[in-house]
Amino acid sequence: MIISARGLRKEFTVSRKVGRFRRERHVVSAVDGVDLTVERGELLGYIGPNGAGKSTTLKMLTGVLTPSAGEVSVCGLEPVAKRTTLARRIGVVFGQRSQLWWDLPLEESFSLLRHIYRVPEGDHAARLKQCTDLLGLDEFQRTPVRQLSLGQRMRGELTAALLHGPEVLFLDEPTIGLDVLSKQAVRTFLADVDKRGDNTVVLTTHDLADIEKLCRRLVVIDHGRVVHDGTLDELHARYRSRRTIVADLDNPWPEGLTLPGAVVTAVEADARRVTLTLDGMAAGEVVAALAQAVSLRDLSVQEPDIEDVVARLYRDES
Amino acid sequence: MARVQTALVAAGFRRYATYRQATFAGAFTNTVFGYLRCYILLSVAATAGGTMVGYDRSQLVSYVWLGQGLLAVVNSWTMLDLAERVRTGDVVADLLRPVDPLWTYLWTDIGRAAFAALTRFVVPLVVGAIAFGLYVPRSLLTYPLFVLSTLLAIVVCFACRYLIGLTAFWLLDIRGVMMFWVFVSGAASGLYFPLAVLPEWLSTVLWVATPFPSLLQAPLDIAVERGGTGHALLVCLGQVMWMVLLLLLCRWVQTRAVRKLVVQGG
Repeated sequence: MIISARGLRKEFTVSRKVGRFRRERHVVSAVDGVDLTVERGELLGYIGPNGAGKSTTLKMLTGVLTPSAGEVSVCGLEPVAKRTTLARRIGVVFGQRSQLWWDLPLEESFSLLRHIYRVPEGDHAARLKQCTDLLGLDEFQRTPVRQLSLGQRMRGELTAALLHGPEVLFLDEPTIGLDVLSKQAVRTFLADVDKRGDNTVVLTTHDLADIEKLCRRLVVIDHGRVVHDGTLDELHARYRSRRTIVADLDNPWPEGLTLPGAVVTAVEADARRVTLTLDGMAAGEVVAALAQAVSLRDLSVQEPDIEDVVARLYRDES
Repeated sequence: MARVQTALVAAGFRRYATYRQATFAGAFTNTVFGYLRCYILLSVAATAGGTMVGYDRSQLVSYVWLGQGLLAVVNSWTMLDLAERVRTGDVVADLLRPVDPLWTYLWTDIGRAAFAALTRFVVPLVVGAIAFGLYVPRSLLTYPLFVLSTLLAIVVCFACRYLIGLTAFWLLDIRGVMMFWVFVSGAASGLYFPLAVLPEWLSTVLWVATPFPSLLQAPLDIAVERGGTGHALLVCLGQVMWMVLLLLLCRWVQTRAVRKLVVQGG
């Protein structure tokens, strides 16, 4: 177990103006008793709506914020007390922050990081080459960071976080604001990092495609609490999100027709398009039954949409 | 010096070396103000019979032009990035390094000072030497002592600015503190006038109880050889004391600041 948190809490005091001079102080819990364990080599998706407490959790795990209560251990260390020791063993990317030197070319940031983390020259060169190949850094390594596009900078940030060979990689919204191509580059890269298995990765994101493509395990947090911890399939099962069959017909759908193992959820287009939601039976059997009952022109089977599930999850919790 | 420090100094140097036009503009401004200050002080000295509170003509010229050059090297007017990074939340990246940010900022600032010494220090000095004629030290020991005192001034000034930067953890907006600092450090460090023009009790208080004279007046007095070598050593010792004291204070305040840290933004 490389990360463990028990009863992790973070409270902030916020003061609000009431009347002309009086101020009222409120205690707000950003993280409200999170339990979390992550095994070595896992890639964990940590998701939740804005303000759910994702970044706050990450800041406590990396030792930047002191928890109000609870126990945390990362790489066997207490993050706040051992912040600088821990810093050598973790890599962090905050999507909305930069760890690169603004005025210097990217490659100089990298070589400066090599000195700061005291990475042997050979290891540094090997890791840098790997990142350069996978992320295509060659074109802009000599460009000052301030002139890089967001997508280029993010590739630089990921490299910077990996150059010292961290055991755990914390990524806070690494795909935020990126275009489709850059997002894909980042995802492919992370999939590769995951495949090699040298790093444990904790990824927060709002982009559910990131989750679908990368994370076997998903932790959903809302209002500072963990509301789901398991695989994506388990999430679907829990919210009984089901696959659907959309069929285009030659003739109108006979009113009142039912099929075993499926529920008719919509009849549209002059009754020539019908949507069936699978209810416990395999798609093949339902399609076979459907083909016998009506004359089919076209048919598609649709996977449950993660966006819908998550939206439902967020709504339910609030 | 270990590799990390060398790399940080080099990064600080290169970072400022990128802005050549800004460097040129800065050196130009320092030179123009050098003329103004020099004419004012020389005319005061002329009406007082050639000297002013013990500085003769060439000493006054050196005091002004070395001061104009050192201003950019010691850099008391420009804030460290720290405050801005606290305000935006970027300070997170500094805290996630395996080195104390105090030292990272210090070595980077020394790199910046080295660049300023080669550019913004040299320009006013050459202009002053050609246009007015500088004071030539009698003792060879004065040169290394001046270098030492300048180095100490750089670190003392850095520590003061780091402390001001740290107040951002509580205040977020440090412009008020900054304005106060610019005014006080200018007047009390000997930038606007030699501290010797003040009543003796006041200048004594400044020398003994505040770090301000360590910023400029100390290296300038050493350069124009006010008092003997012994006095110069005493001045450097005072600077060392302030350096240690302020760096310790930085560490102490920083620990507190980090403990109460609220990282700004998502």
